Amino acid sequence: MPEFRMPSLGADMESGTLLEWRVKPGDRVRRGDIVALVDTEKAEIEVEVFAEGIVEELVVMPGTKVPVGTVLARLVAPPEAAREAAPARAPALPPPATPRRVTPPAAPPAREALPPAPPSVAPPVVPAPPSRIHASPLARRIATERGVDLTALRGSGPGGAILREDVERAAGTRPPAPEREAPPLREAAAAPSATDERAARAAERALATRRSIAAAMARSKREIPHYYLATRVDMARAVRWLEQENLRRSVTQRLLPAALLLKATALALRETPELNGFFRDGVFAPSEAVHVGVAVSLRPAGLVAPAIHDVDRLSLDALMAALGDLVRRARTGVLRSSEMSDATVTVTNLGDQGVETVFGVIHPPQVALVGFGRLREEAWAEGGLVGARPVVTATLAGDHRASDGHRGGRFLSAVARLLQSPEAL
Amino acid sequence: MTDAELRDAAFAVLREIAPEADLPALDPNADLREALDLDSMDFLHFMVGLHEATGVDVPESDYARLSTLAGCVAYLAAHTRAARA
Repeated sequence: MPEFRMPSLGADMESGTLLEWRVKPGDRVRRGDIVALVDTEKAEIEVEVFAEGIVEELVVMPGTKVPVGTVLARLVAPPEAAREAAPARAPALPPPATPRRVTPPAAPPAREALPPAPPSVAPPVVPAPPSRIHASPLARRIATERGVDLTALRGSGPGGAILREDVERAAGTRPPAPEREAPPLREAAAAPSATDERAARAAERALATRRSIAAAMARSKREIPHYYLATRVDMARAVRWLEQENLRRSVTQRLLPAALLLKATALALRETPELNGFFRDGVFAPSEAVHVGVAVSLRPAGLVAPAIHDVDRLSLDALMAALGDLVRRARTGVLRSSEMSDATVTVTNLGDQGVETVFGVIHPPQVALVGFGRLREEAWAEGGLVGARPVVTATLAGDHRASDGHRGGRFLSAVARLLQSPEAL
Repeated sequence: MTDAELRDAAFAVLREIAPEADLPALDPNADLREALDLDSMDFLHFMVGLHEATGVDVPESDYARLSTLAGCVAYLAAHTRAARA
């Protein structure tokens, strides 16, 4: 019988909290369907299922924190296979989970709910989940902590989304006065305990995030023999090309240097496959696909590195859109489980924070971490002349079990070379 | 749009980008990237959001003039007026 378990959504995840079911008993699911929403301390993740079948039982209830690997739901095989398996099924099973009788042989579209059971039969073990509540992750978190029922709230956000303010208002921690009428001083004086509580909550969460990052990074440093390389890349052509492109683009279509850096990285990885893939059970398996994990800093603290899939095949426009969407969802929305688990390499771009060079720590089971520092103007000597040019420092943290510094150097040279032809990226 | 409306529009966009930020406490003359820890993607989203809210398409070369809340309000006020005139 297929089972749906709490997935590992990144090397630093040990447990997760089930927030919401997106399916109910009787629903048919297919590979890739989103079945649940899970909180991993760092982010909320929409979890996809990798089995096919019909949901028989939801084992874990929303709000429960369970270790990775815990069975969350049981499935039964889809109708075709279920027919043979039927005699083995215990007759004592409750009647609601008998979809094969009502499902036509032609497969219905994914996740199509089956007709409700007739009233004469026993009610399903689990009540149908409420329809999707549209709430920001922060609002959801505060609601859980303060015991506010989100289904009873009306959101003031876009599309009726429930925002932090809505939850806090419902919880009575904050007067519903508009911001400009509430000078910070008076508010603080009126509700010192709420402020303290909020600070304590943030501190607690920051500590949990820090612990999980520390565990993953300690494991990486313990197991992976890192080597580090760096090179300066002349960005004059790339910057000039970007300026010209952006001049004729509306603000909604503009490109950032990050898109060029990601694309150049993905193409260079195709030339050096020993940096792209997974090291598992003592063996490195290169990956055909280049799924680039992009390190996104979370405010006030923390980091996630969800993947953009097939970066080497995306146009710059598509890559830019994917990157914007990913950053937005990482910070304020929801990520998907496939994005959290299948990055074949990670890129970190600390340039925005002003550092010139970043040497990363590899995220196991990956074997490389590529870093880009701040785009800055520097003296650059070429052909006996010194001039000022925009420069970025590209770095590589590589895993000696999968590659060596020579190949790593080839990779960085390829990145530098590709960035000299931005129009071809 | 009045200055207050423009400021509210900017707040609404920033709230989407940085929901954790304490916007009422934001110094109007503080650098937004510094004060709210925005990266270049956040700042681009901010420009896109302002474009949606006010119709002003800020060219890249003018980004520096919108680095503070006060700068945003002044720039948008000038450009929404110019569009009306």
